[in-house]
Order: sequence, then structure tokens, then C-alpha cells
Amino acid sequence: MQQLLFALFTMIVGVAACAAYFIVSNWILDRIFPSKSRSGAVASRNLRITNMIRPWLFLAPALLALTVYLLYPVIESAWLSFHGKDGRQFVGLGNYRWMINDGEFRQSILNNFLWLLIVPAAATFFGLIVAALTDRIWWGNIAKSLIFMPMAISFVGASVIWKFVYDYRAEGTEQIGILNAIVTWFGGAPEAWITLPFWNNIFLMVILIWIQTGFAMVILSAALRGIPEETIEAAVIDGASGLQIFFKIMIPQIWGTIAVVWTTITILVLKVFDIVLAMTNGQWNTQVLANLMFNWMFRGGGDFGRGATIAMIIMMLVIPIMIWNIRNAAKEMEGR
Amino acid sequence: MIGSSARRTPLTFVVHLSVLLLVVLWTLPTAGLLISSLRDKDQIAVSGWWTALAPSHQNAVYRAPPPDAQVEENGRHVIRGNVFDGGNGTVSAFGPSVQTPDEFKAGETATLSNGVAMTVAENGDFTISSTEPMKGRRGERIFYTSSVPPQFTLDNYREVLSAQGLGRSFINSLTVAIPSTVIPILIAAFAAYALAWMKFPGRAILIALVVGLLVVPLQMSLIPLLRLYNDIGAQFGVTPKGYVGIWLAHTGFGLPLAIYLLRNYIAGLPKEIIESARVDGASDFDIFVKIVLPLSFPALASFAIFQFLWTWNDLLVALVFLGSRDDQLVLTGRLVNLLGSRGGNWEILTASAFITIIVPLIVFFSLQRFLVRGLLAGSVKGG
Repeated sequence: MQQLLFALFTMIVGVAACAAYFIVSNWILDRIFPSKSRSGAVASRNLRITNMIRPWLFLAPALLALTVYLLYPVIESAWLSFHGKDGRQFVGLGNYRWMINDGEFRQSILNNFLWLLIVPAAATFFGLIVAALTDRIWWGNIAKSLIFMPMAISFVGASVIWKFVYDYRAEGTEQIGILNAIVTWFGGAPEAWITLPFWNNIFLMVILIWIQTGFAMVILSAALRGIPEETIEAAVIDGASGLQIFFKIMIPQIWGTIAVVWTTITILVLKVFDIVLAMTNGQWNTQVLANLMFNWMFRGGGDFGRGATIAMIIMMLVIPIMIWNIRNAAKEMEGR
Repeated sequence: MIGSSARRTPLTFVVHLSVLLLVVLWTLPTAGLLISSLRDKDQIAVSGWWTALAPSHQNAVYRAPPPDAQVEENGRHVIRGNVFDGGNGTVSAFGPSVQTPDEFKAGETATLSNGVAMTVAENGDFTISSTEPMKGRRGERIFYTSSVPPQFTLDNYREVLSAQGLGRSFINSLTVAIPSTVIPILIAAFAAYALAWMKFPGRAILIALVVGLLVVPLQMSLIPLLRLYNDIGAQFGVTPKGYVGIWLAHTGFGLPLAIYLLRNYIAGLPKEIIESARVDGASDFDIFVKIVLPLSFPALASFAIFQFLWTWNDLLVALVFLGSRDDQLVLTGRLVNLLGSRGGNWEILTASAFITIIVPLIVFFSLQRFLVRGLLAGSVKGG
């Protein structure tokens, strides 16, 4: 309780300090270069100066935080990846050479590619289906809300939920995991799903698909609603079937949105960490880059060089999407 | 839209059915968790949660009172009692040894090797009798198979909140999440206004920078920041792991999305309002505080929900910047620890998991509108 009060107090102090910074800095600026109640030439000169300075007063705290927490670390990580364990000794490409020859890393990158292939595709696919179907039934909003719900659940919470689904008891005893219960009900043998090499990757991916389908559904549902009615009416008059309309009229019109959903989930997949840590911690051939990186941060007292190198790989995989986003944003800006 | 053709009925039926199937698939795992967390822990271990409403069968053992308790009745020495100790349940079978818990049906009489007769009735009443006085200090063991009516309890929650430290972690999570949500909003709102409505050289580059930083993976920041924090800690003799550090970290990581969302929203405000205020001689600061901030409430709310869910559900940042001592763990970290140490105790795991997800679920269901709006505005961000 005391701790909460401390947190609230610090929060109020922080917000007050922030507000004070903005108020005081703006007040000082107006005092040094007053534009009101001054004669024409001075006033317009002062106005020009304040208009030049004020944006930077507004931006300063944000720019400072962005620099310390994102910009500087990106450069520092790149620098660290050429250095040894404690970040002091220059090792050239040593870390990268180690990485390419490391079995665990190759396993991770292979698994990451599997994740990249399957999760964005599956989540977008299910999201699109749900979005298209729920638009046409009266309880669609309730259905959407329920499918959207896993979005709010933490990856760790979702891992516990699904670990319970995958729970395994020796053959012959009663299964309490629903997946094994269904398998044995159909006469199959129960299986310890998350220790089953290769397929266990898929079982971990199911968790992320389960979480992300709701996200895809919300965005795609809005996009489907944004399709002009006339295009569909025209197709109906021409005698197109429901499926034809869906695939040939609707999908092409929301292609841009599908790409956005796809890339957003792709970035999330590259950073997937909690699920693997909670379910297997990389055992049974399920290691992924983000978890490997976390391991090396603390393994054997921490190897910052190797950790940073693995982070660089994740970063390089993200860069194409980053460039694509920036170009899209720039295009949008021009349109304004 | 499409269903307006003549083949409406069979098609709609298929649609209803497939949506129902998907909804069931998507909610079943969570439902299982919730139901299990409310069940008796012995029942969780022996039967699936989908049988929660049916009586469960379990094998158990009961130790009868020692021979001291015997009384003489009609020339026999008798011990009576009830294997449920007065609780509810139905015995279907029993036996004298662990290998044969279902050798005899309820009501039958078993003769033990030492000549003692044992019988257990369906309601759990047992009688152990012998012609000779029974000796020894320990009572007979009765192995029985019983069906127990469904039992729901809040014991699991009581257990995890006190004994497993979930209560402490709950407060830690709140301590992390609330300031980490509020602090970035103010900083981002000013920056967003500058990027939307003020003219200065380099604006386009800054916007591109924010869009670029949206997708920078957290992993890039962890090691440099850990080093930075350790250096600062060593320099000033303070611990590098603390709440202030994690608040600032969450602020930094949340800023790109906050600026992006708010800038998009603020830039979309009607130009006339802001221009006319400028003509009236209002400074940018006045315009921002008196006009833009109140109008931006929906966008602020959207971001606040995002940031709260993300900081509450975060594991990585908390593990790195807050440490893993028992009193420092947030809910997600505690849950990962329990998964390791109490992997088979589903009564503990399900109740703990439900406590960690209840706050986000409440936020989600009560403020879904804002969440959807935020998603639609900021779908460039990678979560």
C-alpha cells in the first residue's frame, strides 16, 4: 500500500514537473522576446524568433527520451556487437562468426522463419474470415468481442492457458488437458505436445495466432466496411456469386490494409519472447532469436557482445518493414 | 451485403455455424482456466474441467481410528466411522490394500487376513469388527473409490494471494503500470502538437524518425540501457533496479506510438479552429492547453489503454530493469516463476493466471470502443 502511495506521489511529481517545464519555459520565452505591446518592427522580429524556438521547447522532453531509450541504444548495440563479453575488447566480426557456427542460433533462426511464415498468415486469414462472416449476422458484435478478447491477455497468461490445454498425463489415466482428452476420446494415444520436436513449434505458434486474430479482425473489419457499396451492388447486378464478390471485388480493395496487418504481426513475431520463455524456455528445439538474446544477456554472467549481435539480427529483419512504413508515411504527408 | 441474393437461408445457416465454431474455439481455453481455478484442487488433478458439473471419481485412503476406539457389541469388537468424516460423497467400491481399492462393492463385507471384517456403506459409513479384541496402535487403512459431487471453492485464490505472493506482485504491477501510462501522455501530447501544427525546419525528418522508431525491436535497447543503468547506479551509489528506472524505460518505449497516434489525431482537427485562435493572438501554448488538449481526449484515452495493457502485460522490461527478487516480481514474472516451480499444481497456476489477466480483461471489456479506435489509428506499430 505504502508502495502504491509512493508510486502515486512520484507520478504526481513527475507530471507536475513536466507541466512546470512546459509552462515555465514558455513563460520565459515570452518574457525574453515579448511580442505583445511592442512596436511593429520589434514585435514582428520577436514573434519570428519565438516561433522558431517554441517548437523545440515542445519537443525537447520527447526528443530526449527517444534519444536515450531508442536512438542511442541502437547505435550502442551495433557498436557492442563488434566487442567481447563485457563490451570493452574489440573482436571485429568474431561474434558474427561465432553466431553462424552456433547450432542454437541456427535452430533459432530456422524457427523464427517458421514463425514468420505461419503466424502472420494464419492470424490474417482467420481475422479476415471472422471479419467477413460476423458482418452478416445479428450477434456479430458479441462474436467479435469474444474473439478480440485474447488481445488483452498477457503472453504469459496466454501461455498458462494453453499449457493447460496441452497438458499431458500418462496413457491410461484420465486426461485433464482438453487436447489430449479429445485425442483419447477418438481413440488416439495421448501425447506430450510441447516436447514433440518440430510440431511443438506449431503448438507455440497457435498461442500467438489465438492472440493476434482479434487484432487482424478489427482492422480488416473496418476496411471491409469502408468498401464502397456501389462496387458490390454492381457485381451483384452482373450476377457474381458471394465467393466471387469476396475474392474478386472485396479482397483487392483492402489489399493495402491486409499488408499493414501482415507487417504489424510480422514485427511482433520477430520479437516473440514471453511465450517461448514460459512454455519451453527454448528446450525441445523451440528456441527463437529474442529468447536466445535474453539468455545470452544473463548466461554465464552475461555476454553483452553476443546478446547485442543477436539483437542486430532481429533489427536487420525489421529494417525492410521500417523503410516501407516510412515511405508510406511520407506519401501520406504529401497528400495532406 | 452479399447475402442479399436468393440463396440466403442455407448460406446464413453455415455462416452462423462457422462463427459459432470459431467463437467456441477462441473462448474455450480461457473458460477452462476460469472454471479450473474455481474447482477443488483434488478434483482438478483427476478430472477435466469440462466435467466440473459431473461428480468426479477418485481413489482415496482413510485411516480408521486405532483399536483404542473399539467398543464391544453383541460379543464383537467394533469400530465405526465415516470415511468422508461427515462430508458428502458416494462410495462405489473399497478394498483393504492399495493394490485393490475396488475389490469389494459398497455394502459388501471384506474379511481381512487377520480375521477382521470390514464393510463400507455407500454413504461412507464403515464398520470394522472382530471376534477377538483388536490390537496395535494404528487403525486399519480403508482404500475406497468414491464419487464426489462437484465442489467449487475460492480456496485457490486465497492460497495464491497470500502464500504464493500474488498479492504483493499485484501491487508491484500497479506501481509499474500507472505512472508508466500517465507520464508519456503529457510529453507526447506536446511533441505531437508541435509536429502537427507548428512550422519549423526538420519537421518532416522528425516525423519520419518517429515512424521509424515505432518498429525498433525492444531487444536493441536492453543491453545498452542495462549498461547505462549500471553505470549510473555505480556513479551515484544507488541501485540500478528500481521503479523510476522502469517508468522512464516504459515512457521511452511508449513514446513513438504515443506521438504517432496523437499527431495523426491532432493533425486531423479542423484547421479553422486553430487558425482563428491564432488570429485572435493566442500563443501556441494557449492553443494547445485550451483547445487541442480537450479536443484530443479520445486519442489520449486510446493511447492510455494501449500503454496500460502493454505495461501491465509486459514481462521483458520488468525482468531486465526491475530484477527478479521475490518482492520485486510483477504479476507476469511471478507467473513464469510459478510455471517453473509449481508446474503440475494447476489449482495454483490457474488461479494465479486468472488474477494476472483480470485487470486487463476489465479494462478491455469496459473500454473496448477506445481500444478499437486506437488500433485503427495506429496499426503501423508492432505491438
